[in-house]
Amino acid sequence: MHNKTIAELSAGLSAGEFSSVELTEACIQRISTLAGRSNCFITQTPERALEDAKHADQRRATGDFGPLTGIPIAHKDIFCTQGIRSSCASKMLDSFVSPYESTVSAKLKAAGTVLLGKTNMDEFAMGSSNETSFYGPVRNPWNHDVVPGGSSGGSAACVAARLASAATGTDTGGSIRQPAALCGITGLKPTYGRVSRYGMIAFASSLDQAGPMTRTAQDAAMMLQAMAGFDERDSTSVDVGVPDYSANLADSIDGLTIGLPREYFAEGLDSGVGDVLEQALETLRKLGATTVDIDLPNTSLAVPAYYVVAPAECSSNLSRMDGVRFGYRCEDPVDLEDLYKRSRGEGFGEEVKRRIMIGTYALSAGYYDAYYLKAQRVRRLISDDFTRAFDQVDVIMGPTAPSVAFALGSKTDDPIGMYLSDIYTIAVNLAGLPAMSVPCGFADELPVGLQIIGKPFEESRLLNVAHQFQQATDWHQRAPQEYL
Amino acid sequence: MAWETVIGLEIHAQLATKSKIFSGASTAFGAEPNTQACAVDLGLPGVLPVLNREAVNMALRFGVAIGAEIAPYNVFARKNYFYPDLPKGYQISQMELPIVGSGHLEIELEDGSSKTVGVTRAHLEEDAGKSLHEDYQGMTGIDLNRAGTPLLEIVSEPDMRSAKEAIAYMKKIHALVRYLGICDGNMQEGSFRCDANVSVRPVGQAEYGTRAELKNINSFRFVERAINLEVERQIDVIESGGSVVQETRLYDSDKHETRSMRSKEEANDYRYFPDPDLLPVAISEADIEAARATLPELPDEKKKRFVSEFGLSDYDAGVLTAELEVATYFEVVAQECGDAKLASNWVSSDLSGALHKSGIEFSDCPVDAVRLGGVLKRVVDNTISGKIAKQVFDEMWNNDADADTIIEQKGLKQITDTGALEAMVDDVLAANADQVEQYRAGKTKVLGFFVGQVMKASKGKANPGQINQLFKQKLDS
Repeated sequence: MHNKTIAELSAGLSAGEFSSVELTEACIQRISTLAGRSNCFITQTPERALEDAKHADQRRATGDFGPLTGIPIAHKDIFCTQGIRSSCASKMLDSFVSPYESTVSAKLKAAGTVLLGKTNMDEFAMGSSNETSFYGPVRNPWNHDVVPGGSSGGSAACVAARLASAATGTDTGGSIRQPAALCGITGLKPTYGRVSRYGMIAFASSLDQAGPMTRTAQDAAMMLQAMAGFDERDSTSVDVGVPDYSANLADSIDGLTIGLPREYFAEGLDSGVGDVLEQALETLRKLGATTVDIDLPNTSLAVPAYYVVAPAECSSNLSRMDGVRFGYRCEDPVDLEDLYKRSRGEGFGEEVKRRIMIGTYALSAGYYDAYYLKAQRVRRLISDDFTRAFDQVDVIMGPTAPSVAFALGSKTDDPIGMYLSDIYTIAVNLAGLPAMSVPCGFADELPVGLQIIGKPFEESRLLNVAHQFQQATDWHQRAPQEYL
Repeated sequence: MAWETVIGLEIHAQLATKSKIFSGASTAFGAEPNTQACAVDLGLPGVLPVLNREAVNMALRFGVAIGAEIAPYNVFARKNYFYPDLPKGYQISQMELPIVGSGHLEIELEDGSSKTVGVTRAHLEEDAGKSLHEDYQGMTGIDLNRAGTPLLEIVSEPDMRSAKEAIAYMKKIHALVRYLGICDGNMQEGSFRCDANVSVRPVGQAEYGTRAELKNINSFRFVERAINLEVERQIDVIESGGSVVQETRLYDSDKHETRSMRSKEEANDYRYFPDPDLLPVAISEADIEAARATLPELPDEKKKRFVSEFGLSDYDAGVLTAELEVATYFEVVAQECGDAKLASNWVSSDLSGALHKSGIEFSDCPVDAVRLGGVLKRVVDNTISGKIAKQVFDEMWNNDADADTIIEQKGLKQITDTGALEAMVDDVLAANADQVEQYRAGKTKVLGFFVGQVMKASKGKANPGQINQLFKQKLDS
């Protein structure tokens, strides 16, 4: 049962082949024996899952259901879930049981999904290897000695290990796509504003976007259908209609024009990854697509601009973690300043502190223009690059990450090297565009992801292209040996 | 040396919206601590602000009322600093692009002249909560009910030259926000607060002196005292060879002193940047026109009308229009009785004196305008004298009866029967032969004594003017 996609499980539930309770029990069983290997969960919620499942079966019995009713999923621990610890993988929020529900988790709950638990992640979503978690690193199900990517590493690992049919993720600079690539699953970062950020613990507000992490594009379409939409509680969510994301999955991609940025296939890209990508592009050409080389000339500015904007916003967003109202508070503070300094000093991990420091510096009087304002101007240039490129092409493709998953610990002392693992994903966040990563082969026995970038609000087209690619390949069906 | 004082004010007016500026929680005053703070006000992880459009509309009304520039976009920015009653670790405010740009208003000076004071800007922001230092055995309590309450911070140019001018400006803004219905102006509850930037310079010097900022002075009286105290302090410092330091000072009304809170060096770097959770607020010409269309008659216009329509003096019209409630009350009284000057005198002296004496706010006045108008109507048509009117008014203070009922019940109608009055006059003359002699000898002042005697005999019901006439006729014939 665990090898079935959401589409298959949904059909099985509808046909009465099994109940949601049976399906959920099987998932709980697998999680209890296998989750520890990758450390992909922070909190397991088996009791809640069985309640959800019973309720889903009742809904299916009364005819009040949708395609996701009864489907077991997991949430990245960045989403506030009422009555359940919502830690963001930080010591700071280890004791934080959210009194309210995020919009994303509320919508998926209303759709009838079953919550299996909250997945591990980089602390406050800051990281590209899932090694900054207070709850310990996540291991890649394909090889337990390598990282799963980050920050949504727990979600990627739990889907790759077939412990949940889907998981939610968030993507600020690649945090859905890069772990999806490294774990061999399908991940979609929607257009900024497509999915509500309400109740999603903020890292960098102008970049954060939630999306689905699934095994197939078809499943991603079903998940996004439930997640997307305007939310009056998020002023940056956009009030445009939500199309039927499954409607044109089957459309031919004959005639599709794919742009290949020269900058994405240049120095820095692992040759094994490059070879796999070339084969994937060949597959797409066989399906009728044409590829053209394009330029995104400001690509090299994306990482530096991102590492000003994102830390600047996070330095302010994380100020509320002050030990006063919720979360970690140091022992016996002697005065207010001591309370602040020790609560934050002891509650935050190293990478979070590093970014708060960078961001605070970038926003300081005398430096604001040189860093923050300049980074915002660069952001505009990067966005303009994409706008020009999309005059010529329908989608842009390239690698999701420069290499396959790297060894645990290999980059923890090299923040710049770590930051460069998001070199192909970051520009998309700065421009607010939708993008996917789909499995497209293996290098060094580890999965490689193909990144597909689209025009604003063209998630349907991305899903269509990804689905057609998956109809022609079976990379998305491969499972790590230990989790078959 | 002669010194000139330079004052600029920052006024925080709490906007009278029903819910907070970025959440749906109520703004009502006085609830149990933390019962009016929702997840957004508490700054829980993951929550987002949503702008209350009513706060924008109120700020626009203010902008239009002072003839200010209104930019097509205004932007919310985060002001970052740590304080326990600031839940998010930043205050959402406006920095580079405030909703209201530069405008101005007229203030009246004591010598009757007027002066234009520039308003640099006015911006929207959220209030913080309250730290409660008492009753927690060395700990601090936090009440976040006030957190997220909308404020309009109105920043003036350094145009005031005395504490009196500062008060006149502050009162003008106070009247304006109340006329506009955007702030209840309640200073005890902190709905209307003021910080003053004060400096001194030798008369004739073009550059401003170094300023000190006086924080949170919460009554008109305290503003005046605090400014005068600070001016004296600065002059003392300079004249004794020192120099004024740029700093924030707190006025202590109990000790009647200002003392340093923090110097410029200790000031926070607020690291302002545009709040990525909120979109820029677009203001269209139509929005501005809509705001203009909702403007009521403003204090200046009303004052002019009171002068031209009712023939009041500038001074009286100014007193009556300083508060909208008073102006409205006056208009009803004037309408009812048909004599605006009489109405003006009564509202600004008798009525306000009575309220002051009993410590009652104007809004809780036990005598409504229609009833007071009813009393004065009977003065105008000579049914009662002015003196009796006061008696009727006192009666009304304690019950709900109207003027005619009280006059009837108490038998207060004026005696207009000339025969009866003549008899009283004759009695008085007969009983006071000495005074009659004095009068005839040229000491005409005793006429007042005679009139008084008749008033006493008639228990106030005689018409003093009529009596006066009668005495004159009889004595001068």
